[in-house]
Amino acid sequence: MGKMIYLDNAATTKTAPEVVEAMLPYFTEFYGNASTVYEFGAKSKEAVSQARERIANAIGAKDNEIYFTAGGSESDNWAIKAAAEAYKGKGNHIITSKIEHHAVLHTCQWLEQNGFEVTYLDVDENGVVKLEELKKAIRPATILITIMFANNEIGTIEPIAEIGQIAKEHGIVFHTDAVQAFGQVPIDVDAYNIDMMSASGHKLNGPKGIGFLYIRKGVKIRSFVHGGAQERKRRAGTENVPGIVGFGKAVELALAHMEERTGKEKELRDYMISRVLKEIPFTRVNGDRKNRLPNNVNLCFQFVEGESLLIMLDMKGICASSGSACTSGSLDPSHVLLAIGLPHEIAHGSLRMTLGAETTKEDIDFTIDTIKEIVSQLREMSPLYEDYMKTSK
Amino acid sequence: MYSEKVMDHFKNPRNVGEIENASGVGTVGNAKCGDIMRIFLDIDDNGVIQDVKFKTFGCGAAVATSSMATELVKGRTIQEALQVTNKAVMEALDGLPPVKVHCSLLAEEAIHAALWDYAEKNNIKIEGLEKPKDDISEEEEEEEY
Repeated sequence: MGKMIYLDNAATTKTAPEVVEAMLPYFTEFYGNASTVYEFGAKSKEAVSQARERIANAIGAKDNEIYFTAGGSESDNWAIKAAAEAYKGKGNHIITSKIEHHAVLHTCQWLEQNGFEVTYLDVDENGVVKLEELKKAIRPATILITIMFANNEIGTIEPIAEIGQIAKEHGIVFHTDAVQAFGQVPIDVDAYNIDMMSASGHKLNGPKGIGFLYIRKGVKIRSFVHGGAQERKRRAGTENVPGIVGFGKAVELALAHMEERTGKEKELRDYMISRVLKEIPFTRVNGDRKNRLPNNVNLCFQFVEGESLLIMLDMKGICASSGSACTSGSLDPSHVLLAIGLPHEIAHGSLRMTLGAETTKEDIDFTIDTIKEIVSQLREMSPLYEDYMKTSK
Repeated sequence: MYSEKVMDHFKNPRNVGEIENASGVGTVGNAKCGDIMRIFLDIDDNGVIQDVKFKTFGCGAAVATSSMATELVKGRTIQEALQVTNKAVMEALDGLPPVKVHCSLLAEEAIHAALWDYAEKNNIKIEGLEKPKDDISEEEEEEEY
């Protein structure tokens, strides 16, 4: 295979060389357990503290409000299940949205089987949570609002400041899954009134298998993984020192170059969207055009099925993803695309491309040219296209 | 995830297209679950399938099973074509991932639907052919663990 064009940075990113370099000594040299008393272990402990401080600073939090986990899914599970447990005396109602990541949705569904009630808020056609519906959904028994910072599929950035304000006014704990947003947009937990926030290392050129949960001081959730006294007795398990160090480095890099990197990504993103809309008929953009992650392009090509599109793109060395049923292992296309009101047959033809720091204009032009070719090839083969062309004549 | 044969039939699908004034045309599946197959048959006076074409909206497996099904019935008699089951299509493709088995069922149904159309047009009855279902989006089974 020739050159690979990687446009799936929302799935995972390349670990930055500086990150790998920062991590290596903590495998080979300073491999000590951070919880030990001897000087050698203190090296690890110090590295963990530094990373924690760096991450806390990045979101306007205090060091002791950052809890390292194994990743975004664990953070989401912990935040939601532990909040349900901690506040069940107050009530049993949770509010979330229909477009959350499965780590949130499936956790909420599990809680529903265990006596909790969950409201899944509708979103508008751009995937924005309806604030009026949120206000109406609040009950005396509401103990948690969990709404993602930005959507992983369509890139829509939610009105987090407004949601945080509403939660605060009602004295309800507010959790946000910021796995896609962290490192892409500035986040300040105080300005947004965020009480808990999930993030993951590998989405911002850090290592896989490391994440954190921010827990505001005063939020009373307990441990989810029981065992040792790590993470202020709230998350047991020997610290993943290399992972934590790598995560810290990745956050440092992501924040240092955020404006420059995302400025370039936005330019390429908007260029790609406008070229595709101009050159490929029967195409739509999914997600909010303005309040959108800098690196997200999500399109639907009518009469075409997403998995076929992905395989043909792969044959040309282009990595992307789709919300078609075939990629989800069920017969239903993406819950996000259905929630923004797309009919099934359109949702099946979705294509998500998420750019990265290394994406070039040449990559984008080659990708658009390739998509053009593939879409027309697949439409030639599509009975839906045939029917449409016959009836529209 | 797919066998080499599936990939070959996806990359180079055999018999893509339409047949003008086909002897029989069958369309199965629905856009809701993401697969639609349409098969065109050209059947001569001796009941031999002289030509076959297909159009498919669907995933890699849907395209590959359509392509393989057309290959398996081309040049065959109606009775022989009826023997082309989803299992035969799958075997010819060196297997399919479990979630894609329904694609091979769709291919079998598409052939049957086209034959049914041919029988109706010619006012004949084909021994062993039942009216195809309009929609075979069978329920997927929950994974057990």
